Amino acid sequence: MGGTQYMKIAVALIVLLPLAGFFITLLLGKRLFRAKAHVLPVALVTVTAVLSVYAFEWVFRHPHEAFVWNAFSWVAAGRFTVAWGFLVDPLTGVMLLVVGIIGMLVHYYSIGYMKDDPGYYRFFAYLNLFMFAMFVLILANNYLLLFLGWEGVGLCSYLLISFWFRKKTASQAGKKAFLVNRVGDFGFTLGMFLIFVTTGTLQFTGVFDKAETIGSGTLLWICLLLFTGAVGKSAQFPLHVWLPDAMEGPTPVSALIHAATMVNAGVYMVARSYPLFVQAHTAMLVVMIVGTFTAIYAAYIAITQNDIKKVIAYSTVSSLGFMFMALGAGAWAAGIFYLFAHGFFKGLLFLCSGSVIHAMGGEQDMRQMGGLRKKIPITFWTMLIGAIALIGVFPFAGFWAKDEILGGDFSHGYYVVWAVGIVTAFLTAVFAFRLIFMTFFGESRASAEVQHHIHESPKVMTIPLVLLAIPAALLGLVIGWPPETGWIHTFLQPVFFDVEHEKFVWLGVGGGLMVFSVAVALLGVYVAYVLYIRRTELPGRLAARLPGAYKASLNKMYMDQVYERVPIRSTIAFARWLWTFFDVKVIDGAVNGLGRLWELFGERLRPLQTGRVQNYAFSIFAGMLVLVVVLAWIWGS
Amino acid sequence: MSSLYWWLTLAVLLFCIGAFGVLVRRNVIVIIMCLELMLNAVNIALVAISNFRGGALGAGTLFSLFIITLAAAEVTVGLAIVIANYRNRRTVQTDQYNELKG
Repeated sequence: MGGTQYMKIAVALIVLLPLAGFFITLLLGKRLFRAKAHVLPVALVTVTAVLSVYAFEWVFRHPHEAFVWNAFSWVAAGRFTVAWGFLVDPLTGVMLLVVGIIGMLVHYYSIGYMKDDPGYYRFFAYLNLFMFAMFVLILANNYLLLFLGWEGVGLCSYLLISFWFRKKTASQAGKKAFLVNRVGDFGFTLGMFLIFVTTGTLQFTGVFDKAETIGSGTLLWICLLLFTGAVGKSAQFPLHVWLPDAMEGPTPVSALIHAATMVNAGVYMVARSYPLFVQAHTAMLVVMIVGTFTAIYAAYIAITQNDIKKVIAYSTVSSLGFMFMALGAGAWAAGIFYLFAHGFFKGLLFLCSGSVIHAMGGEQDMRQMGGLRKKIPITFWTMLIGAIALIGVFPFAGFWAKDEILGGDFSHGYYVVWAVGIVTAFLTAVFAFRLIFMTFFGESRASAEVQHHIHESPKVMTIPLVLLAIPAALLGLVIGWPPETGWIHTFLQPVFFDVEHEKFVWLGVGGGLMVFSVAVALLGVYVAYVLYIRRTELPGRLAARLPGAYKASLNKMYMDQVYERVPIRSTIAFARWLWTFFDVKVIDGAVNGLGRLWELFGERLRPLQTGRVQNYAFSIFAGMLVLVVVLAWIWGS
Repeated sequence: MSSLYWWLTLAVLLFCIGAFGVLVRRNVIVIIMCLELMLNAVNIALVAISNFRGGALGAGTLFSLFIITLAAAEVTVGLAIVIANYRNRRTVQTDQYNELKG
């Protein structure tokens, strides 16, 4: 069939082009391309974006057949065989669109944002490597290849967070991200082992076919271990601590990796393992509880953060919690829908914040901003669209996705989760518009010199903003309408095949819920308006009135301190014990002791070596004599 | 007492004198001479045993011929080394050959 032939070429190119871009740019970028280092990577990523759209279109035309291609064998060791195998089905198609398009826009944006940076070529090389790894992750048709991409994006995340590695905080943040992710990946690896031991394969189809035959206890463990990996990668409580710190990286990285694509990998992986999870209700419950808790917890922290990127980072943690809440509640398609929409509007928000930072000459503290609305209008309007999409006001993207999740919680009978979701939605509205109001409204609080330099970003940065603002605004309406039976649901139907669909009653409970949640969001906006525009003295008084609640939020619920106290200090203490006692006393003691022992022997034996030949000759004669006497005595008797 | 006994006694005496010389003398040339003495003591013993027990042209005679040849070669090489060493060190005293001693 001609179609799959083209698909094979497309998939191969999607994976290989960014990889080639990475190698070429890394090798030649510094000497040869210099300030033109972006040309090749950007061109390649543009091609892959087009190919991604093509692949998506293929899925669109063949909704009920998945494209499976085992390109070549990768690992073959006895019973354990893994191929470089690719799978393109509706779920992959959605991810391809997110990664391809946002990836491309972020590349273009970076041309402006990273201009004149000494690591220009390095930045684009890493971005291309990231694209490669991310595509491998979403195209893989087995867990091991997925894990390859998973670790690859983790590596790129590390490299790009600590991109400005001369800055101590940046290199620390990179290490933190890497280490925290190791914890999750450890669980993921164990999960893979368990899958292989029970089913004998790592191929998705092979595993899922046997899903029903796996014992419920084993299946629960598999799901929980896989979810541990997702908790690390998608920054869920308690492994969320790395994501806010990851904001030390350049802003395009935050947009691409830490909002739109990589952090979604955990959600994607859980969604991909859907046939396993639907069999394990306890695991689903865990997913939902962790997601719900993370959602409200991160939203609460986001309210008091002053760093513009930190606010959006906690918002991302909260949004990811929302997605897991949806998956856990069984609203699979809604979760992926939210992922899809979130990729666009959160990427948009990050790129806008980058544009703001760019305009402010590197300033990230919102307390030093204000009144930017008139000075950088494109950024303002696009960011406003992003914020509205985030808080979920009709008819923007977030509205459809968020309300499907909340509706799903409600209709599945998880009323507590639904209530927490509503509170989270309220908090989200407050912090999103706190950000907008503090940044763009009121009087400017920046110094005169900074104010003088404020300027709108170049076209290469604003055009991606506009291009992202369009889907952020309209995507929900286009693919989410009508709710629960909209296009995205029909599209994802082949993947999430046996989820029972409850009819959405537009003018009944569902409609009521929607109106209610929009009202809550608008209330949040109003609260933000009162607090940060009308009566700006109120937040300070509130903080003084509720010092405990305020400080807990400002200090990120002391999670960093908890980690510092418990695992980090005990690890360091243990390492110190290993060093001062075990290494110095036991190991060095044994080695040095052996050395001293032989030295002692040598010291005793040294006098024998006089260096006089005759002494040796005397020994020989004496020995000979003894031998002769002994032999004579033996023979004689 | 057969005369073999006296011949062997002579051989043992010569051997012991040679061995004593090798062990106690410090002069390399004297040591080599003492070595020759030991070799010749063995020769006497071989020839005597051969003569009294196995006929004049027995294995003992043959061995002693070999030993004479080898001794000649050994002395040649040995003295050559001594001379070479003397040129470097200006001494033939073994107790002064102690460069390798730590």
